[in-house]
Amino acid sequence: MAYSAFRIALEAIRGHAGWSPVWRDATPRAEYDVIVIGGGGHGLATAYYLAKAFGVARVAVLEKGWLGGGNVGRNTTIIRSNYLLDANEPFYEFSLKLWEGLSRELNYNAMVSQRGVLNLYHSDAQRDAFVRRGNAMLLHGADAELLDTEGVRELAPFLNFENARFPVKGGLLQRRGGTARHDAVAWGYARGASRLGIDIVQNCEVTGFRLKEGRCVGVETTRGPIAARTVGCAVAGSSSRLMGLAGLRLPLESHVLQAFVTEGLKPCVPGVITFGAGHFYVSQSDKGGLVFGGDIDGYNSYAQRGNLPVVEDVCEGGMALMPMIGRAKVLRMWGGNVDMSMDGSPIIDRTPVDGLFLNGGWCYGGFKATPASGWCFAHLLATGEPHPLAARYRLGRFLTGDLIDEKGMGAQPNLH
Amino acid sequence: MIIEHPLLGPRDAQEFVYLGDASLIDRPDGMAEDSVECFHDYLYLRSNPAGLHRELWFHEGGDRSWLVVTRDTVTHEIVKVELAADVARQRGRCR
Repeated sequence: MAYSAFRIALEAIRGHAGWSPVWRDATPRAEYDVIVIGGGGHGLATAYYLAKAFGVARVAVLEKGWLGGGNVGRNTTIIRSNYLLDANEPFYEFSLKLWEGLSRELNYNAMVSQRGVLNLYHSDAQRDAFVRRGNAMLLHGADAELLDTEGVRELAPFLNFENARFPVKGGLLQRRGGTARHDAVAWGYARGASRLGIDIVQNCEVTGFRLKEGRCVGVETTRGPIAARTVGCAVAGSSSRLMGLAGLRLPLESHVLQAFVTEGLKPCVPGVITFGAGHFYVSQSDKGGLVFGGDIDGYNSYAQRGNLPVVEDVCEGGMALMPMIGRAKVLRMWGGNVDMSMDGSPIIDRTPVDGLFLNGGWCYGGFKATPASGWCFAHLLATGEPHPLAARYRLGRFLTGDLIDEKGMGAQPNLH
Repeated sequence: MIIEHPLLGPRDAQEFVYLGDASLIDRPDGMAEDSVECFHDYLYLRSNPAGLHRELWFHEGGDRSWLVVTRDTVTHEIVKVELAADVARQRGRCR
């Protein structure tokens, strides 16, 4: 059923008795053309574009828990394309363009809100770096604007401009950036995929891979074996565990990233604002809560919860930047497991096992990449060749030296 | 998290800097035939287990010793702490 204003009016008259489930909860068949492991944003987007853009419809998405219960439901919902490096910026700009048309494409309100992403700078050196990054963005067709102190003051008068140690000198603004409703992204892609005939199988954990002469021919699951000549893994946070079942070691560490939301407040924060001197970023949800976060905890973790020192550190960053939030109460906090890669950039590639493909290593930036990641991974699964925009997200780049180290931190995952 | 330092007793994890998997102690031989592959594996690949994990912590805000901490990555429980120097010597390194 297509959603429309007419449909809502009709259902209002009928007492909303005519709505049907948004997607079909499928029972797994014995064989598919393609299996996508992971029913999160990236897995569902991959399945959707496999059917929509590449004509592969015999596809199953296998999810060990419930749909959208992993990182797509645990992030801070920010979308942007403000990267410096050539290997990254065109990919993320493609993603932002897909975001811009996503609700119409899916006939599902993903609540994409282009309220702007503002990265603040606090020193001359930082301004120079942001000028360079802004120019790189413009060269790749994205939008970027450099603001001085007064420009920032117009947007966000509540910031601590006169901070003695880190005065706000200006910011790099991407007006097309913003936020989206994270759960709706998962549900919208699930609905779109389901309508194109794709099976979404929940409570179906992959427990092993079926290998034949060095080739992946299917998976073992808690709901029985399923055959497929092409298997794609999109389980960022647990990529090492899953690929370990196929005997692979990955250039990844799993870390925990915490996020926070305050009680609902009146509208005050205009877009997404990031502190350039500490690690703190904040936006305000449509319900009014301030959604904010900061650094990862910094040690290997699969716990989906962090520890108090990082809570304190993030809140200190918030107080340094915008002291007005000091009286707001934190309502909820949570943690998500993320794949931290060795250069801070993702992997969308084949693996040494034929027929087995990997989408992972998203560090803490996977949400904004969801549409492009799905598109490029679908391209790889359907054609066997990397999509040109993701051509450098290779698993083997650590051996060849073709690293994509946006922050220049080296092989130290907890610093990316 | 509280780390039971073998010399100093219980210390807050905030006093430490985290490096990663304790296999980083076993640096490969740079003169070996296959040293390129060995160093790739050493530098970039990780076992990244869900469960017990032996890892290197540096007591930067303390006595500046390196520790090998055995910690459960699912529960954050620390089950064993050793001096990295002792571990390295057990593995045949001179220090």
